[in-house]
Amino acid sequence: MNPTLIIDASFLAAAFLFIYGLKRMSSPVTAASGIRVAGLGMLIAVVASFLYVFSVNEAAKPHLMVNAGLGAVALIIGLGWAWTSGKKVEMTAMPQMVALYNGMGGGAAAAIGAVELFRTSAEHALVPLVVTIVGSLIGAISLSGSLIAWAKLDGRVNGVWRFSGLQVMNGTFFFATLALGLYIALVAHGHAPIWMTAAFFILALVFGVLMTMPIGGADMPVVISLYNAFTGLAVGFEGFVLQNPALMIAGMVVGSAGTLLTLLMAKAMNRSVANVIFSNFGASGGEEQG
Amino acid sequence: MLTGFIALYIFMLAAFTGYEIIGRVPSILHTPLMSGSNFVHGIVVVGALFALLNATSVTEQVIGFAGVLLGAGNAAGGYVVTERMLQMFKSSDKK
Repeated sequence: MNPTLIIDASFLAAAFLFIYGLKRMSSPVTAASGIRVAGLGMLIAVVASFLYVFSVNEAAKPHLMVNAGLGAVALIIGLGWAWTSGKKVEMTAMPQMVALYNGMGGGAAAAIGAVELFRTSAEHALVPLVVTIVGSLIGAISLSGSLIAWAKLDGRVNGVWRFSGLQVMNGTFFFATLALGLYIALVAHGHAPIWMTAAFFILALVFGVLMTMPIGGADMPVVISLYNAFTGLAVGFEGFVLQNPALMIAGMVVGSAGTLLTLLMAKAMNRSVANVIFSNFGASGGEEQG
Repeated sequence: MLTGFIALYIFMLAAFTGYEIIGRVPSILHTPLMSGSNFVHGIVVVGALFALLNATSVTEQVIGFAGVLLGAGNAAGGYVVTERMLQMFKSSDKK
């Protein structure tokens, strides 16, 4: 049978199982079985994706053995480490582990974007290039932001940054990063020098830190949920770049579900999301907004 | 090819699906659902694997390796943590 057909059918099954699993997870009665349904989908997708060795690009064929070996090793290390750390962790330490794993997902999405952007030999069409940049930006912010959220909840980083001008500094930082990304896409057409692409990723990572540092520990669950939605969006966007509908569907479902969940969590705490994210930006003291 | 409007249709329908799944969920399930959706975007590991398999230079191999490593961590960790959280719902239901 045609390997591409098996991969496509497996991704379709995975997309269905993810949605069905999430639906089951949204009711207390069926929640426990929901994660198994989604887990089955993941297993099918990952196993089937190894069939992709039969349909890689012509240019990558001489490197196929090395690449497949690297992929298997990375998969085993990542899986083994996360599985054991997830089993060991105390029940009370769950939220920061979610942040940590979520940050890893954001980093993986940013890595997909980075592989595309560092492949300067390839021809890039404009729309996928812009989507790559946006996905990489969101993924990198989610990576460093989630790591700070994890470190704060784990008691490794204490205190919040609050000083006047913080909001202006963060805003400037964000737009500088975005401008550099758009320069790479629109002006350099994906053929920017390597240092410039590297600088874009470093700036995005630093912005994730700057954005999370002013937020206090009590607000962290809302922030983690927001970064969860960010990672979902980044995965969806990079899925579009890779022409992979399973990533597009799973990413966008999580992107919208995560956004709604963030709003609901903030509402349950009697806060608005804007209040959580921006209230401490540049506030030198006092609660002028109430 | 999933270009242009087909991609936008997929994104639009997926966004509605996510919105409908989460609507009116009890607040006790907020954290497990956050964790569950965190697991679902672990599918990024498949994308990272594809990127790595198509790598043609050492730079691409290193970044691709990191991507698969991180993505596998997201998927496996997300699963274990969510299952442990939801296990508590199961036992309290039976009692």
